[in-house]
Amino acid sequence: MRTEMRNEQFQPPSLLGNLLRKLHIDIPLFIGLLLICATSFVILYSAGGQEVPLLIRHATRMGFAILLMIVLAHINPRRFQTFSVALFTVCVLLLLAVAVMGQISMGAQRWLDLGFFRFQPSEFTKISAPMMVAWYLSERALPPKPKHVLGAATLLIVPVLLIAKQPDLGTSLLVASSGAAVLFFAGLSWWFMLGIVALLASLTPVLWHFMRDYQRNRVLTFMNPEADPMGAGYHIIQSKIAIGSGGINGKGWLGSSQAELDFLPESSTDFIFAVFAEEFGLFGCVGLLVLYLLVISRCFYIAVQAQDTYSRLLAGSLAFTFFVYVFVNIGMVIGVLPVVGVPLPLVSYGGTSMVTLMAGFGILMSIHTHRKLLPV
Amino acid sequence: MRIATGAGTLPHHNTDFVIRRRLLLSVMLLAMLALVGRAVYLQILDKEFLQDKGDMQHVGVVSVSAYRGQIKDRNGEPLAISTPVQSIWVNPRQLRDAEQDKLTPMAKILGFPEKELRSLLKKEKDANKRFVYLRRQINPDIAEKVKALEITGVYFEREFKRYYPAGAVSGHLLGFTNIDDIGQEGIEHGYEHILRGQPGKKRVIKDGKGQIIKDVENIEEAIPGRDLVLTIDERLQYLAYRELQNAMIQNKAHSASLVVLDAKNGDVLATVSQPAFNPNNRKELSSNRYRNRAMVDSFEPGSTVKPFVVAAALDGGYIKPNVMIETHGVYHLGRNVVKDVHNYGTMDLTHVLQKSSNIAVTQIAMTMPPEYFWGVYSRLGFGTSAGVGFPGEASGSLLDYQGWHEFDQAILSFGYGVSTSILQLARAYTALADDGIIHSVALLKRDEDPDAQRIFKPETARKVREMLEHVISKEGTAYQARVEGYRVAGKTGTVKKAGAGGYSEDKYLSVFVGMAPASNPRFIIAIVVDEPTTGQYYGGLVAAPAFSKVMAGALRVYGVEPDGMDNMHLLLSKQ
Repeated sequence: MRTEMRNEQFQPPSLLGNLLRKLHIDIPLFIGLLLICATSFVILYSAGGQEVPLLIRHATRMGFAILLMIVLAHINPRRFQTFSVALFTVCVLLLLAVAVMGQISMGAQRWLDLGFFRFQPSEFTKISAPMMVAWYLSERALPPKPKHVLGAATLLIVPVLLIAKQPDLGTSLLVASSGAAVLFFAGLSWWFMLGIVALLASLTPVLWHFMRDYQRNRVLTFMNPEADPMGAGYHIIQSKIAIGSGGINGKGWLGSSQAELDFLPESSTDFIFAVFAEEFGLFGCVGLLVLYLLVISRCFYIAVQAQDTYSRLLAGSLAFTFFVYVFVNIGMVIGVLPVVGVPLPLVSYGGTSMVTLMAGFGILMSIHTHRKLLPV
Repeated sequence: MRIATGAGTLPHHNTDFVIRRRLLLSVMLLAMLALVGRAVYLQILDKEFLQDKGDMQHVGVVSVSAYRGQIKDRNGEPLAISTPVQSIWVNPRQLRDAEQDKLTPMAKILGFPEKELRSLLKKEKDANKRFVYLRRQINPDIAEKVKALEITGVYFEREFKRYYPAGAVSGHLLGFTNIDDIGQEGIEHGYEHILRGQPGKKRVIKDGKGQIIKDVENIEEAIPGRDLVLTIDERLQYLAYRELQNAMIQNKAHSASLVVLDAKNGDVLATVSQPAFNPNNRKELSSNRYRNRAMVDSFEPGSTVKPFVVAAALDGGYIKPNVMIETHGVYHLGRNVVKDVHNYGTMDLTHVLQKSSNIAVTQIAMTMPPEYFWGVYSRLGFGTSAGVGFPGEASGSLLDYQGWHEFDQAILSFGYGVSTSILQLARAYTALADDGIIHSVALLKRDEDPDAQRIFKPETARKVREMLEHVISKEGTAYQARVEGYRVAGKTGTVKKAGAGGYSEDKYLSVFVGMAPASNPRFIIAIVVDEPTTGQYYGGLVAAPAFSKVMAGALRVYGVEPDGMDNMHLLLSKQ
């Protein structure tokens, strides 16, 4: 692990900068993430009923996640590459274990309980799946040949189906899109993509057939929430009321009556954006979206700057996944997408997704800070 | 400085990657713009609508139930009080599918069979109902437990439950309220307009579970009902209840009533009827039991009106106080016959009352012009309701004198052809007790009697009272009505019950009305026992013993000075 900084110009101008560089931290990305995290604390305090213990738990997880990010940032991307296959295999095995145990307990099971530690293998798949596909494609000539696209798709379909079966539509969607993003950046031909889109469109009825009742319900509700205002449509109606009540300027911090009066379900987890919109209005919404967009742009910049195929594909995929996260969550809360259980990244209360996200950013920072810098 | 792309490690499609990245970034930007567009739509264009919708579900108007006024006795003892209870109702349309499993513990807490609960809720939901009571008037502790389940669509309402501390003792008098706190019988019904409060309204903020989080403002203050203070003395009421119940049991009677009046102002101090019912126990509510016979039922008073005949004749100067009247056991009046139990021979007025001679009072009555005789009866209140404000109060009947035949006047003199409630009869006796002044009777406490009316000259009333003291003697008909230490005046009545097809030969009403101390009466007690079945049916045997016990107790409770020095030794020797 050696950064070549022979050029005088590249001396970090300050002690802090020096420290950050030593820590392998990408400053713009880090600042963006910290801003989002800060927003998270502000809004979680209000949405979570102004409970300090909740914030402390949130901070603890966030601290752990950032620590993990810094640790991962120190690891050379080449190591990720070499561990890709092993990591992916372990993930798939764990998913299989969860599926078996889920069958035993006759219900949805996402958690694996190791006694001292409970975790969702599906969360790690969000990172290991794009790593695997990136590894698979980077070993081959690009743009990928159809049989390699098929190979990558086969690798991907296993965890996606296992997760969808749990059932966890949100996560399986994220895993699928992370893999698809790798294929896209690897140079998947435009015609092929058009074909896939057409195929998916024609497969929609089949997909509908395989969906669970509650998943169908969500889609139907999304079409017409008023049809069942106390049942499936309740979430989205309450969320719309919250967002609309915010107006342009918002009701101000701690001003969300929808959250305070308990009308908005899951106000500190999946629907936290509605609370944010009620309290900070349109300006707040646009501000938060811009913040997310800045982080995403930086991630893509890192992808562009990446020096090997594996890194580039992985970085592009992680950046895209982050975007999907944001879009699916806000789209759902705001009523343009069906309700899918995806948290607002880095803002929603809940540990696992934050750890995976930060791990992803750690990998991105590692990719960026382990480049070989060549003087001109 | 420029960062070189790792030449050789990357394939040649570098430009392709940049295009793809740019394309994807543009797509993302568009997607974000779509989100912003949606936010603009919700937060600017749809804002008013959504805000109203929010306010509508946050703010609600709920009714505030008002306290029903208390009913108290003359000394302020509570006879009817309202305690706050909770009622639970459900809006079946608001029940969430996700909370269906919470219905199980709720059913358990409420003691509601779960299957029944679920089918009820389903039925009401299918019927599009928004309001179903689950349980009413339950203990607030139980309601708290249900509240803790936090079930959306389950609501709580504060209501008041009526409680009658004295139970059956004043059941007939007070009546009861229904589950909606509206008086159904008795005082509760008769004075509904005073007792009933005006429910208020308040604006509240509700949470997502429909529970009230805080009050915003009072739109309409709830006005509590006013308290009623009765003339009733709970102590005498208990006493009267106990003794009447004993009389009822001893004589195996069909029913019985008793009234205690304040002889000085007509206040009703106690009124009880048998069979009794406990207003706290709604299972006992059958109309046969909750009729307040003392005020609602009327009967022919029989011999108990004889003192009024004597008083009327004396007062009008139709007879002299020292008149002697001849009787021979049978008396012919036109085609009709009046009989006495024995042939009493020639008797003075005292003996007429002491022996209760029908023949003698008939002769006295016939000395009076019908108009005058009727006038006295009418002013004594026969045929007119006593006007205490009790629902369904009897007015009794008294035929107008213009339609009288000769014999009508005769039978009126010994208490047939006229009907009265026991309350009306007791009231008539105030004219004798308060030296000729008849008092109006009242159930609501008042400072003084506004309708006191002189009917007899004081000396007439006093004279008749003296005569009535002889009824309470070994030679009289009501020796058992005596009270040790006090002089008692009173009159018995034993009335054949009138039914379809004329007067019954074996069904009687046993009546006694008396007052004490006879020198300056403080209390009047009137008792009627309907259909005693143990063989005894004379008023002096059936009704008089209960009179004695209640009167003795009342005099003691009020600390009335004894005036009966003659039988004082009885009192002293017993102590």
